[in-house]
Amino acid sequence: MKEGSIGNFLKKYTMVLALVLVVIFFSVSTQGKILYAQNINNLISQNGYVFVLASGMLLCILTGGNIDLAVGSVVCFTGALGAVIMQKHMNFILAVIVMLLVGLAIGAFQGFWIAWISVPPFIATLAGMYAFRGLSNVVLQGYAVAIEDTGFLNVFGGGADCYIPDFIGKGEGLNMTCMAAAILIAVIYVLLTLRREAVRRKRGIAHGSAAGKMFTMLVLTVLILWLGYKLASYKGIPTVLVWVAAVLLIYSYITQNTAIGRYLYAVGGNEKATRLSGINTKMVYFFAYANMGFLAGLAGILTVARASSAQPTYGQGYEMDAIAACFVGGASAYGGVGSMAGVIIGAVLMGVINQGMSIMGIAANYQRVVKGIVLLVAVMFDVLSKREK
Amino acid sequence: MAKILLEMKSITKTFPGVKALDNVNLQVEEGEIHALVGENGAGKSTLMNVLSGIYPYGTYEGDIVYNGEVCRFNTIKDSESRGIVIIHQELALVPEMTIGENMYLGNERGKKSRIDWDETYAEADKYLKMVGLTENSRVLVKEIGTGKQQLVEIAKALAKHAKLLILDEPTSSLNEEDSRALLDLMLGFKKQGMTMIIISHKLNEVAYVSDKITVVRDGSTIETIDCHGAEPVSEDRIIKGMVGRELTNRFPKREGVRIGEVNMEVRNWTVHHPLYPERKVVNDVSLYVRKGEVVGIYGLMGAGRTELAMSIFGRSYGAQISGTLTINGQQVNLHSPSDAIAHKLAYVTEDRKGNGLVLSQSIKVNTSLANLNSLASGSVIDKDMEYNVAVEYKDKLKIKTPTVEQLVGNLSGGNQQKVLLAKWMYAEPDVLILDEPTRGIDVGAKYEIYCIINDLARAGKSVLMISSELPEVLGMSDRIYIMNASRIVGEMNAAEATQESIMATILGRGD
Repeated sequence: MKEGSIGNFLKKYTMVLALVLVVIFFSVSTQGKILYAQNINNLISQNGYVFVLASGMLLCILTGGNIDLAVGSVVCFTGALGAVIMQKHMNFILAVIVMLLVGLAIGAFQGFWIAWISVPPFIATLAGMYAFRGLSNVVLQGYAVAIEDTGFLNVFGGGADCYIPDFIGKGEGLNMTCMAAAILIAVIYVLLTLRREAVRRKRGIAHGSAAGKMFTMLVLTVLILWLGYKLASYKGIPTVLVWVAAVLLIYSYITQNTAIGRYLYAVGGNEKATRLSGINTKMVYFFAYANMGFLAGLAGILTVARASSAQPTYGQGYEMDAIAACFVGGASAYGGVGSMAGVIIGAVLMGVINQGMSIMGIAANYQRVVKGIVLLVAVMFDVLSKREK
Repeated sequence: MAKILLEMKSITKTFPGVKALDNVNLQVEEGEIHALVGENGAGKSTLMNVLSGIYPYGTYEGDIVYNGEVCRFNTIKDSESRGIVIIHQELALVPEMTIGENMYLGNERGKKSRIDWDETYAEADKYLKMVGLTENSRVLVKEIGTGKQQLVEIAKALAKHAKLLILDEPTSSLNEEDSRALLDLMLGFKKQGMTMIIISHKLNEVAYVSDKITVVRDGSTIETIDCHGAEPVSEDRIIKGMVGRELTNRFPKREGVRIGEVNMEVRNWTVHHPLYPERKVVNDVSLYVRKGEVVGIYGLMGAGRTELAMSIFGRSYGAQISGTLTINGQQVNLHSPSDAIAHKLAYVTEDRKGNGLVLSQSIKVNTSLANLNSLASGSVIDKDMEYNVAVEYKDKLKIKTPTVEQLVGNLSGGNQQKVLLAKWMYAEPDVLILDEPTRGIDVGAKYEIYCIINDLARAGKSVLMISSELPEVLGMSDRIYIMNASRIVGEMNAAEATQESIMATILGRGD
């Protein structure tokens, strides 16, 4: 285990290093502009949907490199439904419930074909991609529908006031609520980590190097405080960040600590072995796709809230952004390998590249070229690092 | 004496860690039918793969002299261009294509840019007639039976202008009638001057068609028997050559075991092939295993052993399964692997990479996979407890690894096998079906696995051990069932059984 530990370290943290390098590169080439509080803020609000969708997409990819092409259309469709409901001046909570349930139902519908009828996921979700894009147009009748429900916009981070209000501070200078939240989260994180390690030590089952864990903890704590400070020095916590953080935490927990999470990895790693271990593998596929639909519903909510409107073109290409974030984050295209940490890194990396190039004034068309190259190179590294031996 | 068509001189082929062929010599005369016989894993197929260029020149040592020239084949195409054509045991036909398309796949008639279909089908029909098939070559392969598919394979070989035809177990999936027809066809080809090599386990067939028989054992050619010698070749004579090895003390003694009452019993178990429902892969099998007993199931590959085991294990293989299964005195009906596990049954697969382990995951994750519920409250896994369990089994089974977080894909075959055993032992079964538990692992690890099997028996578990290694079956079992062609053809107490008596039973002498 010791031998080649530098090589192992590099292999394990390739994408973290890539992210650091990319940030340094853009810091230099934009004279530090990319690290301005406002830009960090934008990065989060603009890419909120990527984090949410990539979390769901990871579960699909884990089951065997399967993807869900329909999410972009489902985002648009659920968003459209919600906008139309709110246009009729119904309660926005009703709209939210409908959006989430419809998303879940669509996911379950696609999951049914994939799990029990064995329709290849690519095809089942391609069908969904066409159908729900069309239905979005039907619901919206081809027009944009504006959302004026301020309750909805406030809760899901849309409109002009898309920040958590500053309860503590006076509203000028540093946002005290944001700063307090960052410190609180950092403290809770450190305490939980230390306690877990202490418990393991006491039960004699500690493994891995303690120094390494402390180092990781330190880095993450500094990162949380720094991010908190940056956000506090602009307008505070973007509302969408709360939703994104919740999704990331919940899905990290599901993938790491629950039986269903374990089954996702097992099915992707070896479906036959998993089935012979007494696990209902069909249910696992169904779960992954039903869940993806649910998160697409949530992303639909965030998307229409951010734009304060629903349009028939929303969500186009979202599925690809989510897929790219997963693969850049080290998920295997054959399934069974990938993590939420990777998803976060992948999504941030793609976001930083976008943002950096925009600040540098590179045309959107070339940005796509660069994104394509990054995706290819990232996956190439992944494949090559596994080939040796 | 006729001219020597093929001579393989001192062929040695090494796979990582294993010498599959050790200094093998083979001479085949023009116009004869030459049989290769030997146990599973003796090296027959490897030898033929060397000959046909599947293992290219340079990956083995020694020379292939064909038609008086030293040959260096790099691909199958090279050997086929010289007229050496191999027909593999598994049919290599595309079911959704026509007979004609299959016959000329990779060898298309006409121009590169435009296949001449008229010529293809006309030629195909001609060769089909030569093998005695009346089917039109425009019929889809999936629409004809297995026996006819085997003949299509031969017609395909003829279309490649074969001079030396190699048939690997050509009758293994055929019924008696079709087998006999195929053998007669071979004799007919011989009259026309074709040279053939046949690999077969069925000694009666071998004796029927062959001019010479070469026995392969443990990667070496033992002897070549001339069938036209002074006295006729008896099957006993061949069997002796096949198994004649010393049975040394490679098996740990099992002491202090109390054999109890019957734990699992199967009666009149019949299973049909999932794709070809008319074929019975397990035919009216009855067997039982008692507490603390190790029961061996011996049979050659394709005898239906794995199919039997998997169909018992919650119907994870096969269609139209009939028969009764009794566990601990209660008749049960298992519908899924999870049912089987709940009834304290475990099936440790022969194919650890394909059906057993999640190679991309750690030892820990693999160990807990079949019994994750015992580690979870609600659906949340107690990961600390899981780690403890993995370490416990790692120590118990002596899995050699620095940490249970190690990926299973990085372990050696023997250690992988132990992880697989750990997984099923953690599922706490009463009956374990071990399918080829020592396949592809080295002698030291084998011994350790035998010790684990003994421990299981001592703990009162019932072990059903499927194996195609005769010494292993004899050395480890209390009782032995012998399986052949989807049936149990014999049952013996291990104390009374010998290699010869088992082989004789399996080769169905007397029919």
